[in-house]
Amino acid sequence: MSDHHHKETFVTKYIFSTDHKMISKQYLVTGIFMGVIGVFMSMLFRLQIAWPEKSFTIIEAFLGHHQDGGVMSPDIYLALVTIHGTIMVFFVLTAGLSGTFSNLLIPLQIGARDMASGFLNMVSYWLFFLSSIIMVISLFVEAGPASAGWTIYPPLSALPQAIPGSGLGMTLWLVSMAIFIASSLLGALNYIVTVLNLRTVGMKMTRLPLTIWAFFITAIIGVVSFPVLLSAALLLIFDRSFGTSFYLSDIFIQGEVLHYQGGSPVLFEHLFWFLGHPEVYIVLLPALGITSEIISTNSRKPIFGYRAMIGSIIAIAFLSTIVWGHHMFVSGMNPFLGSVFTFTTLLIAIPSAVKAFNYITTLWKGNLQMNPAMLFSIGLVSTFISGGLTGLVLGDSALDINVHDTYFVVAHFHLVMGVSAIYGMFAGVYHWFPKMYGRMMNKTLGYWHFWITAVAAYGVFFPMHFIGLAGLPRRYYSNTAFPLFDDVADVNIVITMFAILGGAAQIIFLANFFISIYKGKKATQNPWKSNTLEWTTPIEHIHGNWPGEIPAVHRWPYDYSKPGHEEDFVCQTTPLMDGEDPS
Amino acid sequence: MTALLYILLTIVVAVAIWQIASILNLKSVIATEKDNNTQGILFAAFGIFFYGLMIFSFVKYSSILLPDSASLEGERYDTLYMVTMLLILVVQAITQFLLFYFAFKYRGVKGRKALFYADSHKLELIWTVIPAVVLAGLVLYGLSVWIDVMDASDAEDPLIVEVYAKQFQWEARYAGEDNELGLANVRNIKGINTMGVDMTDKNALDDVPTRELHLPKGRKVIFKFRSQDVLHSAYMPHFRAQMNCVPGMVTQFAFTPSMTTEEMRLNEKTITKVEGINKIRAEKGEDPYEFDYLLLCNKICGASHYNMQMKIIVEEESEFNSWLNSQKTMAQVVQ
Repeated sequence: MSDHHHKETFVTKYIFSTDHKMISKQYLVTGIFMGVIGVFMSMLFRLQIAWPEKSFTIIEAFLGHHQDGGVMSPDIYLALVTIHGTIMVFFVLTAGLSGTFSNLLIPLQIGARDMASGFLNMVSYWLFFLSSIIMVISLFVEAGPASAGWTIYPPLSALPQAIPGSGLGMTLWLVSMAIFIASSLLGALNYIVTVLNLRTVGMKMTRLPLTIWAFFITAIIGVVSFPVLLSAALLLIFDRSFGTSFYLSDIFIQGEVLHYQGGSPVLFEHLFWFLGHPEVYIVLLPALGITSEIISTNSRKPIFGYRAMIGSIIAIAFLSTIVWGHHMFVSGMNPFLGSVFTFTTLLIAIPSAVKAFNYITTLWKGNLQMNPAMLFSIGLVSTFISGGLTGLVLGDSALDINVHDTYFVVAHFHLVMGVSAIYGMFAGVYHWFPKMYGRMMNKTLGYWHFWITAVAAYGVFFPMHFIGLAGLPRRYYSNTAFPLFDDVADVNIVITMFAILGGAAQIIFLANFFISIYKGKKATQNPWKSNTLEWTTPIEHIHGNWPGEIPAVHRWPYDYSKPGHEEDFVCQTTPLMDGEDPS
Repeated sequence: MTALLYILLTIVVAVAIWQIASILNLKSVIATEKDNNTQGILFAAFGIFFYGLMIFSFVKYSSILLPDSASLEGERYDTLYMVTMLLILVVQAITQFLLFYFAFKYRGVKGRKALFYADSHKLELIWTVIPAVVLAGLVLYGLSVWIDVMDASDAEDPLIVEVYAKQFQWEARYAGEDNELGLANVRNIKGINTMGVDMTDKNALDDVPTRELHLPKGRKVIFKFRSQDVLHSAYMPHFRAQMNCVPGMVTQFAFTPSMTTEEMRLNEKTITKVEGINKIRAEKGEDPYEFDYLLLCNKICGASHYNMQMKIIVEEESEFNSWLNSQKTMAQVVQ
């Protein structure tokens, strides 16, 4: 694998690379590119929500024939929320987050020269790239991109008569997602095999950093649940193109009865959420893993309750596959099932609470190094708690009845998985940037980035709970049809202003990121004084990661401020001293 | 408001440019003791902002919330909601305080060594068992309400009403004298028979199709939902009621209205809310609004999803009966 003699060309080094470090950077940059599109879309539809009749030049400039005099059409509004959701959930927070950091850290932190299969890893990235391209192309379809919501419930997503976006736009969405799933499966299988087989001498499973545990378990959830979404998408393609009736029955639209008979949209909901809910944890667990590592390093303290953290990750992963029905309490499924799903859903609160308490205890009596990555990690714990707690309302079938599909849900999941996961991603970028690019990011810009984002995120999503509790449904193009909602208009303006503030703050990040790649201060080998193996590799990337032998591991990764050691960190490669407690 | 937005934007852009210029100062990459101090204090300040925002929202936005429940089942819902919300707020207040306080208190100081504290089975047991016990209570309470709301089998003499959804309007059908809905299927839709009622079914003849939903106070209403095209969701927030309308199947939800429209208009919270709305409407030069119950669509269904509504009128049973008797039956409408 470590054939140093092999001369690399531009193409094998920067494009069709099989080196996990390069693939990781490719994932990150593609993820950032998709993230810019996704966030920009949210800016556009927030303008519409706050000022529904107002004309905006920016809308005129970007939405072409989907707008009239700077006011967007209802169809494109629905398309924007649909694609915003799809891009953020899958392309940014699944591929961008997991793809970047699993690829970068798994080999480096377990002590492997590369992924188990560098070739499959490369294929995985290029499939992801292809699916991104198709998704972007779908934005330019004449009738508009997919617009049935990111959950693409049929019949709306199956019938172009019902909404124009369900024509070619929806076809491209499905093709893109099918390729995306293939990419995601190849990646996940590679992660699992690598973690199980390629750990260096002494790297027992109980000595793995929590990042690796999180990526490993995330990959398992992905392998279990993504194929189900693929089958759901395939059946939908069949219904759309080949006249089958898996999801459709008894439909009368635009004056004619369609031939479909015997299917049920509820089947699609089951299949979709069998992935859809685990997906929340596919997005969140890597962010939590990153946070564990960063909070411990920057607190100069061991992560509190290492084994409990592993146990919680496994418990959350297991439970995540048996809770999907809480998205369907009012779908018409048997109320008894609702009872079962309420029970399993509220169980998830226990390991989640354990994790939150453990993070807080890790901070206690620490010596906190306030690097930008640390700020984002603390921010993550805050939004994880704020967003997680309202899950007690939504996970309870009885309470879900009246807030289901309102803005209360939007506020809940944006805090708990959207903002939390994106904080985890930012934390990871600030922390491992020196490992990726051999240079450092600017910390002052990092501080500005964090504080503006933190204020904006709560400014957007805290008030949003209240308009949900006022009974306002999500995905409404405008609230002007209901005098009942006239009093939420002001709240929506406040939310939009904070959203624009938060969106603009990301420019600071983009500038910092791209300028630092070329102009950042040269990194030292172990800038954060961290214990894990990735900081024992040379700053300049080499194929195979370590120039000589792969170092052996003698201890767990969290010996920070351990009594009996001079420094406040002890690298995993340091042998135990005589009589030292291995922790 | 827009002016403020532009001012905010300008400030952000200005700060961004100024800061990006400072990136030339390559030395600032790792937090120094001074940074630890500043950022720790900022976390304390952020904690204050956080609690301020929470309190502000609760005070300022309480007037936009839904008024008291207009159904008997909804009253149980509201109590469960209050209990859950109280619990959430207590946990939120404590944990966020600890988080921001620790971030402030333990901000890094040169030369200080952190406490090596990796594990405590006692602590972990405490914060596994306490949430487990609290959640067990919450699950049991929640499920008792859920079963109560969803099980309408023991209702005495309930009113059966079909609510029918299509892009982008609602229709309704009352079961009539026999209190049994006639069969229906989209394949029977023809001309004035817009809900596809099967006129060969004798139960169908006395059914009453309407474009407005009237409900009697104090009598359990069992709703049967159908949709003719895509998924819709029948959302009646004032009654704490919601159920999806699914093409190809009939779904169900039931509640007992407990306040007539007139009574709800005189409810204190409704009056406050309506006053707030009318103040806004007056500023815009629009007609004053009078409160009415609503059925609205809460599942994305197409371009006019945002304007798919039907008025609901709750009245005393005698008024309801005379209204229903004045409506034409299916037999009268179709023939």
